[in-house]
Amino acid sequence: MRYAMAIDTKKCVGCGDCVVACQTENNVPHGYCRDWIVESVDGTYPSLSLEFRSERCNHCDNSPCVRCCPTGASHIAEGGIVLVTPHECIGCGACIESCPYDARYPHPEGYVDKCTFCIHRVEKGQNPACVEVCPTQCLHFGDLDDPNSEVSLALKDRKWKVLAPEAGTKPQLYFLT
Amino acid sequence: MKEELFASGRNIPNIDPYLNIWHWQIPLYLFLGGLAAGIIFFASYFVIRGKEKEMPTTVMWATIIAPIALVLGLGALFWDLKHKLYFWQLYTTIRLSSPMSWGAWTLMAITPFSLIWVASYMKVMIPGWSWKIKLLENYDALLNRQRKFFAWVMLILAIILGVYTGILLSAFNARPLWNTSILGPLFLVSGFSTGLATIMWMSKNKKERKVLARLDLIFIAVELFLIVHLFMGFMAGTEVSTEAARLFLGGEFTVSFWVFVVLLGLIFPAVLESLELWGYHIPVWLPPVLILFGGLMFRFVMVEAGQITRFLY
Repeated sequence: MRYAMAIDTKKCVGCGDCVVACQTENNVPHGYCRDWIVESVDGTYPSLSLEFRSERCNHCDNSPCVRCCPTGASHIAEGGIVLVTPHECIGCGACIESCPYDARYPHPEGYVDKCTFCIHRVEKGQNPACVEVCPTQCLHFGDLDDPNSEVSLALKDRKWKVLAPEAGTKPQLYFLT
Repeated sequence: MKEELFASGRNIPNIDPYLNIWHWQIPLYLFLGGLAAGIIFFASYFVIRGKEKEMPTTVMWATIIAPIALVLGLGALFWDLKHKLYFWQLYTTIRLSSPMSWGAWTLMAITPFSLIWVASYMKVMIPGWSWKIKLLENYDALLNRQRKFFAWVMLILAIILGVYTGILLSAFNARPLWNTSILGPLFLVSGFSTGLATIMWMSKNKKERKVLARLDLIFIAVELFLIVHLFMGFMAGTEVSTEAARLFLGGEFTVSFWVFVVLLGLIFPAVLESLELWGYHIPVWLPPVLILFGGLMFRFVMVEAGQITRFLY
């Protein structure tokens, strides 16, 4: 099993619903977030192109955060989801330094926090909160090993890219372009 | 032209607009760790060479600084932790892939050992000293019998500690300025140089200082050589590497690095040490103070600048 997410940059309008849904679902402290939206403008006026990307932890296959963690608090759970065990985390910041996507943040309670792909929902057969609320249905979540999963179907006949592939982390967020 | 901004979320303190998770505690620790590694290395080295009599400050007196530096450094590290009460989790596991785990275990060994090293010389340093308890006297005698074996253990631990202060940073592939294997040897050499500077400052023996100054000149030369190679590597590298180097070649860290670290912290003290070896009178404290200042600055600059560098996407 390999959980992954496909984000349709052609459909995303940057409304921020995914950000709010995540903050509500996961009780993210005020002023912090586990997912965010990047507005990327390329070119010179009048020939401009615009891309919205809903970003979060890439749940990398080769995750530098798990490698750098001195206590094993950062670990890979079933389906390749990268998780942090709060009572094993010492808050040293090594994983934050090691992430090319800056996807982690220090929770005010001391431990490091990040996107969990809403594992508590996924275990019940539900979609992550961000996927559930997206009004343009631009987020697709599922198991890459299952050819009929939503994410596999989304990737099948679209062009896609991953962020900073040169970092060698094998990220599992696929941006449909 | 490409412009990216956060349309929603992020702007998290100490992460945006650029990463600044590690503050003064980490560079201070890297400095103190390197300094302690240097002192312990040379103390062990001269014991192994059988030069205890000729190098009394190196082998005995200066080693008092090592446990003090290590304890202060550990204090800084603990201060930096954000989930402090869970620090003991470091010692429930050994994770070979994590440099920080290596460091935690090395410190666990070298800190008490450095204290034992000082204790084993108490009888020489303070004539008439007695441990009062028979068991301690027996340990003292055993250590003095096995002095060279103890020195070898400390020598190896000191090298691991010195290299680790650099590898800690170089293991982060997400920060292009740090992600170079030269950082390990560079921090090792720089740490040894600051260790030598401390011993030189403490030594009252002219002959001993001469030996140390000669050694230090070699280490400074190697350090300069490694710095040149560091930048050659960056300039020949990918875009993220050249971006990182640009912070030092015209960017915001140009003056703090080339003037304070390289000129004032390496070249100037090297010139002063050479003049002293040729017979000119130079205040004893001046070259060591410059070297220690340069070593501290070097770590502050590297930690701060490294966190700014990142992959571009």
